[in-house]
Amino acid sequence: MPEMEAVKPLLAQFKDERANLIPILQEIQAAFSYLPEEALRRVARKLHVPVTDVYQVATFYRCFSLKPRGRHLVQVCLGTACHVRGGDLVLERTQTETGAGLSGTSPDLEFTVEPVRCLGCCGLAPVMRVDRDTFAHLDQAKVRGIVNRYHPRRKPATVDKIAASPEKVRS
Amino acid sequence: MISTAHRLVNLEDLHQAMRQGRDLLYPSEPKIMIGTATCGLAADAEEVLHAVREEVANSKLPYQVTETGCIGWCSQEPLLDICIPGRPRVTYGRMKPGRAREIVRAIPEVKREWALAMMPGDENTLNGAHVNYCVPHNGHMDGLTAYKDLPLFKRQLRIVLRNCGIINPDNLEEYIARGGYHALWHALRKHTPEEILNEVKRSGLRGRGGAGFPTGVKWQAVRDAQGEPKYVICNADEGDPGAYMDRGVLEGDPHSVLEGMTIGGYAMGAHEGIIYVREEYPLAVMRMKQAIRQAQDAGLLGQSIFDSGFSFEIRVVKGAGAFVCGEETALIRSIEGKVGEPQQRPPYPAQHGLWGKPTCINNVETWANIAVIVQRGGDWFSQIGTAKSKGTKVFSLVGNIENTALIEVPMGTTLAEIVYEIGGGVPNGRACKAVQTGGPSGGCIPADKFDLPVDYDSLNQAGSIMGSGGMIVMDDHTCMVDIAKYFLEFLEDESCGKCFTCRVGTQRLKEIVTRISQGEGKEEDLDLLQDLSWLVREGSLCGLGQTAPNPVLSTLRYFRSEYLAHIRDRRCPAHRCRELITFAIDPVLCNGCGACVQICSGKAILGEKKKPHIITQAQCTKCGACLEMCKFDAVLVH
Ligand SMILES: Cc1cc2nc3c(=O)[nH]c(=O)nc-3n(C[C@H](O)[C@H](O)[C@H](O)COP(=O)(O)O)c2cc1C
Ligand code: FES
Repeated sequence: MPEMEAVKPLLAQFKDERANLIPILQEIQAAFSYLPEEALRRVARKLHVPVTDVYQVATFYRCFSLKPRGRHLVQVCLGTACHVRGGDLVLERTQTETGAGLSGTSPDLEFTVEPVRCLGCCGLAPVMRVDRDTFAHLDQAKVRGIVNRYHPRRKPATVDKIAASPEKVRS
Repeated sequence: MISTAHRLVNLEDLHQAMRQGRDLLYPSEPKIMIGTATCGLAADAEEVLHAVREEVANSKLPYQVTETGCIGWCSQEPLLDICIPGRPRVTYGRMKPGRAREIVRAIPEVKREWALAMMPGDENTLNGAHVNYCVPHNGHMDGLTAYKDLPLFKRQLRIVLRNCGIINPDNLEEYIARGGYHALWHALRKHTPEEILNEVKRSGLRGRGGAGFPTGVKWQAVRDAQGEPKYVICNADEGDPGAYMDRGVLEGDPHSVLEGMTIGGYAMGAHEGIIYVREEYPLAVMRMKQAIRQAQDAGLLGQSIFDSGFSFEIRVVKGAGAFVCGEETALIRSIEGKVGEPQQRPPYPAQHGLWGKPTCINNVETWANIAVIVQRGGDWFSQIGTAKSKGTKVFSLVGNIENTALIEVPMGTTLAEIVYEIGGGVPNGRACKAVQTGGPSGGCIPADKFDLPVDYDSLNQAGSIMGSGGMIVMDDHTCMVDIAKYFLEFLEDESCGKCFTCRVGTQRLKEIVTRISQGEGKEEDLDLLQDLSWLVREGSLCGLGQTAPNPVLSTLRYFRSEYLAHIRDRRCPAHRCRELITFAIDPVLCNGCGACVQICSGKAILGEKKKPHIITQAQCTKCGACLEMCKFDAVLVH
């Protein structure tokens, strides 16, 4: 498996200590955008722990995914501040606009949409994060413009028109 | 490599760094500051920063451009500040790159018509110092209100947030210039660990992570515990949704946390500290790591700090996305590389913590108080606040509120003062219904109880808790059944699954409340909710399960009529529960602009251009996008 070549140097950065399990998995997740099964086996061997232990940790924490994620990770905030300002509706709209639906990842593997519990920008609710960029004061109309910005085959311009019109919602 | 030239060994070195920092804080040429905490960045502060840098570079202006943390005025992000020597600092809000360029070009003139407020000087709670910016001028500027006269800032007392929005968090010297690391010097060189511990006890400081346990008592337990080495942990998991106090401190003033932890290590005899930061805060992780490197290079962490013989190291551990890992025993398991399942207490972490050794866990805000307590004395601190809740508390004031903000007020400030005066009340002419405190462990306090002073005990009596400081204001469009359902979904999702009562109990509670929200509830369900709540509370091991029923119980206690409206009349008074509402278009108000047709997620809206439209109910998903979109208030909800 060629991609496992990339795991080697990654593992080499860490000492063989159990406490490094989560940091190692975080590195693998960042590199591959998911945790390939073979990588988990290698981690288990390196740290001298049973594979089941590695699986247990990999499935307990939300930042790990055992399935490949889309090219862009869209995190829509469902924290309380965002909820009372319609964050749930923004999430639903994002799921439709990206095509990710309820399964989480769009069939074209462009987007993975996940609800998150608070991004710490509650003062600008509702918010979402795409990869490293955070977007504030969202409403349903703005979602399409943002999604199209990251989509390789859609023109953001066509949508900005819609997104720009309802200035009144930016309360 | 550590350059010995920059190592701070004695008080004179500290004073030297202080002078350097002052030159950066108050330079002799104009300074432009842009707030680039996560919230500022979300509001496009980076573009503003870029525009300002470009303007200054292109026009070869002799100005300094720096970044700063969050001053807490979130509703006005991105913020830009101009400091011209001898004049008040002037703040501009909702900056756009174009306007920022104009403001920069206008210097030394001040664009008053766009300015929000001015600050004639710095008050520093750490040492009581006051720096007046306005020499030789007086501190006045026509038509601009001073920060201390603004409702948003008038009642604030900033101990924890003393440096946020004032210093550049990337700069150690600026932290030192405002008195930073002096408390550490005093502690290590002038006091015994016992004296420091007594000072913390005398201050009456209680933990800011939620439960409010007396910090001095916890420290004493760790100091007295058998076993070596001992550990000090900073809980920066900040899991409560709607809360970002800790992020504000980590991003805006990272050294205040490091200094507090180092003093704590000295008092308790620990030599290693760990900061556990949630992974949703990448910028906070970065800033903390950088601050640690700076402190190491300056000898403020490492071997024999200030030549005292006391050594201390701190490292950052990144969380992996689990709310329950904010609970102290789960957090410890997570650092050890295991799944974050809480453990039975006792033994408490103070006796049996990380790797089985005595461990002190405190919240970010708790740590940020320590340097001030050491510097100004426990007696000074204990004068602030109420009889049993000392000092200040940081709150994130969010939700349906005019001034969304990060604020710090003395304990005992009333909810009314916070919501109406500081927060400016509820926007859009709506009525305030309740405020939610304490995150998923807390409850909703109705508006008619807003004369309640905010302290640990009063909030407990009202059926909520102080919690970590999230304060979510809710207007009359918020449905309390929906809020209860929201928190139960959260808790069901975040329950680690170890205790049956918590795992299945939260699930059953959610099912019942969901049924009610869909108009399928029965009146007996309300009794069932009460009974089940008791079971979940009594049968769960950790705080998550023990407090999980609070959101249901508090909404039931204060908003029973809303539950009954859902059950008896199959009606959601706030028009929020989807199964109980319908959308329609008012044929008189609709002018057929078609905006709603484009946004409709169910393709349910029909009509010719410039003619009134209609909604086909069978296709309507009730997403409410048409309501958001319509500029003519033609969309009706029943
Ligand atoms: C489910 C749960 C989540 C918690 N989350 C946090 C948190 O995010 N941050 C925090 O400081 N304390 C949290 N706590 C409280 C900690 O267990 C612990 O009491 C606290 O960190 C102690 O610090 P303090 O004494 O300074 O408040 C949580 C507790 C529970 C039961
Ligand atoms: S609640 Fe959405 S960012 Fe905090």
